[in-house]
Amino acid sequence: MKINLNINGVSKAFLIQENEYLLEVLRRNDYTSVKRGCDNTSCGVCTVLFDGKPIPSCSMLAIRCEGHEITTVEGIEKEAEKLANYFGELGADQCGYCNPSMALTVYSLKKENKHATDEEIKAYLVGNLCRCTGYVAQHQAIKKYLGDES
Amino acid sequence: MIFMEIGKYYAPETLEEAYNLFVESKDNKIIGGGAWVKISLKRVEKLISLDQLKLDYIQENNAYYEIGAMTNLRSVETNENIKLIYSGILNQAISNIMGVQIRNLATIGGSIMGKFAFSDLIGVLLVMDAKLEFYKLGEISIYEFLDLKKIPEDILLNIKIPKRDSKGYFKKVSKTHLDFSIINIAISKGKNFIIAVGSRPGIAQSAINTANYLNSQTNFTEEILDKACDIAIDELTFGSNLRASKEYRELLVRTYIKRGIRQVIK
Amino acid sequence: MKVVNNKVHSVDGLGIMKGRKAYTDDFAEKDSLIIKVLRSPHPFAKIKKIDDQEAKKLTGVEMVLTYKDFKRIPFTRAGQGYPEPSPHDKFVLDEYVRYIGDEVLAVVGSSDEICRKALDLIKVEYEVLEPILDFEQAIDNQVIIHPEPEIHEMFDIGFKPKRNIAAAYEMNVGDVEKSLAACDYVIRETFYTQAQAHVMLEPHTVNARMDYQNRICIYSATQTPFHVRRIISQGLEIPLSKIRVIKPRVGGGFGGKQAIHGEMLVAFVTYKTGKPAKIVYTRKEVFESSYTRHPMRLEMALGADKNGKLKAIDAKVLSDTGAYGEHALTVFMVTGSKVLPLYNKVDSVRFVGDVVYTNHTPAGAFRGYGAIQGNFALESAIDILCVKMGVDPIKFRQENMMKENETSPIFAIMGEGTAGTAMNMDTCKLEECVERGLKLIDWQSKYPRIETEDKIKSVGMAIAMQGSGIPYIDMGAATIKLNDDGFYNLMVGATEIGQGSDTVLTQIAAEELMTSVDKVVIYSSDTDLTPFDVGAYASSTTYVSGNAVLRAAKELKSRMVEEAARILETKIENIDFDGKRFLNINDKKEISLIDFSNQITYSHEQKQLQVTSSYVGHKSPPPFMAGFVEIDIDKETYEVEIINYVSVVDCGTTINPMLAKGQVDGAIVQGLGMAFYEDVQYSKTGKLISSDMLNYKIPTRLDIKNLTTVFVDSYEESGPFGAKSVGEIGIDTPPAALANAVYNALGIRITKLPITPEKIYQEMRKKNEK
Repeated sequence: MKINLNINGVSKAFLIQENEYLLEVLRRNDYTSVKRGCDNTSCGVCTVLFDGKPIPSCSMLAIRCEGHEITTVEGIEKEAEKLANYFGELGADQCGYCNPSMALTVYSLKKENKHATDEEIKAYLVGNLCRCTGYVAQHQAIKKYLGDES
Repeated sequence: MIFMEIGKYYAPETLEEAYNLFVESKDNKIIGGGAWVKISLKRVEKLISLDQLKLDYIQENNAYYEIGAMTNLRSVETNENIKLIYSGILNQAISNIMGVQIRNLATIGGSIMGKFAFSDLIGVLLVMDAKLEFYKLGEISIYEFLDLKKIPEDILLNIKIPKRDSKGYFKKVSKTHLDFSIINIAISKGKNFIIAVGSRPGIAQSAINTANYLNSQTNFTEEILDKACDIAIDELTFGSNLRASKEYRELLVRTYIKRGIRQVIK
Repeated sequence: MKVVNNKVHSVDGLGIMKGRKAYTDDFAEKDSLIIKVLRSPHPFAKIKKIDDQEAKKLTGVEMVLTYKDFKRIPFTRAGQGYPEPSPHDKFVLDEYVRYIGDEVLAVVGSSDEICRKALDLIKVEYEVLEPILDFEQAIDNQVIIHPEPEIHEMFDIGFKPKRNIAAAYEMNVGDVEKSLAACDYVIRETFYTQAQAHVMLEPHTVNARMDYQNRICIYSATQTPFHVRRIISQGLEIPLSKIRVIKPRVGGGFGGKQAIHGEMLVAFVTYKTGKPAKIVYTRKEVFESSYTRHPMRLEMALGADKNGKLKAIDAKVLSDTGAYGEHALTVFMVTGSKVLPLYNKVDSVRFVGDVVYTNHTPAGAFRGYGAIQGNFALESAIDILCVKMGVDPIKFRQENMMKENETSPIFAIMGEGTAGTAMNMDTCKLEECVERGLKLIDWQSKYPRIETEDKIKSVGMAIAMQGSGIPYIDMGAATIKLNDDGFYNLMVGATEIGQGSDTVLTQIAAEELMTSVDKVVIYSSDTDLTPFDVGAYASSTTYVSGNAVLRAAKELKSRMVEEAARILETKIENIDFDGKRFLNINDKKEISLIDFSNQITYSHEQKQLQVTSSYVGHKSPPPFMAGFVEIDIDKETYEVEIINYVSVVDCGTTINPMLAKGQVDGAIVQGLGMAFYEDVQYSKTGKLISSDMLNYKIPTRLDIKNLTTVFVDSYEESGPFGAKSVGEIGIDTPPAALANAVYNALGIRITKLPITPEKIYQEMRKKNEK
């Protein structure tokens, strides 16, 4: 069936199956910045923004997304660049598989709670697992990004 | 990849339509947020979404807060007014459920209707004496809901939380922060005590005898608290699973019921 | 040094954050055939009958592959150098299935959905066989997991399949029984370590297509592209020259992607049909049907004299390799070779044992690679011995542990699958690591414990060593090319898998060429385009591949100077090159690198300046570290909070200090995961219970309070700019450090990982009953 999805501000028609999840539809249509990780909402790498809020695209049926705004990291490129710069500065880059989803979630945190405490940052991002970094450098980079007023 | 087979997807615009589709067949299912449905069902004949029914709201009157069944967990968690009641335990319990992403997707209605044994939410709703309003069944208490042998073939419309001047306590014990509870304990104290323990590993259960015993006390000495814990261990059933043994769960319950009582009587 | 040991951003962080195509599945052809594997529901069974007629009739089903479609060529998926020290005990598909999750058959179809439908239509009849699910019952069990006659070892690894032994080994220094008998203090304890899952966030994935030269081009999320090419060629009898393996960005490996996974099936399908094909493992397949860490039983005996000298170490180890023998011997040997030399002043050491087959998910390579298991046993045992002797465990370690310029006879005896290489510890700052760690954790004020009303604070520690590549076996090579406009291409077979090797190798080249990292463009790895490298394993990349890069840069530089001398009409020794210009020191004439590169590319005596160099280590200088943990234990529930983990590491020069810290931080958290949270659990019938991320829990950012990671000054002459390895060393200490901290808090000894609050509670109950 055909549905209209608004992705990064552009509305387009997509052919989907009724039981397809947003993750499949996005990846199939070359939005490969959205990653597949765990299949069941545990890891966070499939995060997209749904009307501005982070959700796991692996568990959101694509058909339910009609009429909503979907944002992938390409939709917040400038913010991703800023965060990448702090990741570079603090040595928070490792495999990077979780990075686009991290950018989206951190961006959303900044909109909701720019002055988040250490614990609030960790709590907001706890659903974004990372197996590489041990989290410390990421945390420092994220704090710097939150404090960036530019 | 995990998929469920869907015969056909419906997003009805009236409750009646949704209800009729649902009761048509046992193979028809209602979807809340959809995360649990995805991993627990292999095939659904008709999948019914409640997205169009405007059940996503939080409102209040003098007597209670009313939360629409399709309100996502994150909206409940971040509601400033709900943080103020029962020492904020509803907010606290929800904020410990997995990550922000899933809480933006999962609905409070779906979390209740799943009757999940590991649920942290249900114990809190028990001690807040919440009421559930169904489309056909009308309003029932969360106690009655849990007592039903089967999950009602009905549509949950909203959850009502009575406004009471109660203090609350909530504790989840889990392996990592993203894990399900090994045990969860919720306590409220207004005029009376209400105590609920979930993930035993069975679904949350109210410790009525324990609460009654405590309600008859005025001086909460160490002995009284020990006795209350004895009663709780006696009246609630505990078991072993992947996450913990029965014995360890009992130890946790003893410890945290005591700590919880001390906190709510402060 | 201007680039090395300086703050340098990772060379690829920006593009990856922005979501640019980088990972294997991002490059899959849109019309790829999808491969889905039917996996065994039984831990051990013989396939009696496969009825796939209905499935084959389904529109969109291309083929159903069973064992009958493959020539019977045993191979190993281990992804090691050749000849492999792992038994050739696996077929692409076999008549027998040996664990729940083993491959029964594969469906190939036009979509995931069609494959799923086809799988539902296939009926398989099994003759269910009795499995071996307890590795302590495997040897000489009446059940034989690998009865097939074709399987074999490549050289003597102690392979005895009729006894369910995949590998066996024994090593003796002195006479350990005699030494123990003469000791004033002897302790004996048995330790168990569990299986651990890698949980890299990118699942195993492979895709392939035939290119316009009719060669098969495979993208794989692998740590070992060159080994993958070789193994595919051997297993499917496709000429090596017809195979190209590209390793794009890899989303984490930790050893789990050293072995091959879906490569055989994907290559077979594409080669046979001419159509592109792909496989993406589900998370369940990653857990159930890839690899785990080898679970082990370690029976330790230590002996010391009354002067506080450790005299003897005896380690008898049983390791569980699961259904297939990937890395059976080598992981086992590392349990000894990268642990026991820590205490090099003993009279005698014995290391002996077997690696057995069971009907569980196979075990394979995993960061730490046996050393974490051995470290848990040895470093726990040292503390036990110190308690018995009534001596301070820090002092005891300081007196008995390895020091700079010392050696251990074990280095010469034990290699990985073969004999080892004698070496002195030219750099070993372990003493300093311990000293600084004691201060950073504030040991003196916290040891052994501080009791408050409801909590006990305590500290525990352990020391560790690892290696830097496998001497005389691991080879890495690098090609550097000068381009017009004066920038360079660096092509390496070394595999960036998230550890930062592309950045680190770029820094090494840039440092030697006296330029900045943006002038060196790295590409890794592609069997057609980049020179050989064994791949990312055995903590080899910085040391082995880094040395290759350094050599290549040096050689290119001298080639450039040679050409500059020609252009500036002088002798080579008169040329001063500062990275930007060549100067004739006599007549002060100069030519900029840019002009030089343009001239030699376009205008005069044109030539391509490019060199390829390779490096094989002649030793494997161990990095060392001391790990200290501070914990708070709830006095009633025994819940443990990890307050801080202090790591003081000697890895030689840190080429990129921040990325090196990231390696240690990440490894510490993975080690804490093994010490504390993670447990691969099976049901009584052999089914994996922890088969998804809801039931297998890795540490989250809320579980990690604080990590303090520092490096001591150290310069390893044989390493590139003084570097040793840093990829694995961090994972070794957490289990023992945590076990020792729990002992220091409560006086109970947990000998079986993971150390859960529940286990502490059970031990406390036993203690209180006494």
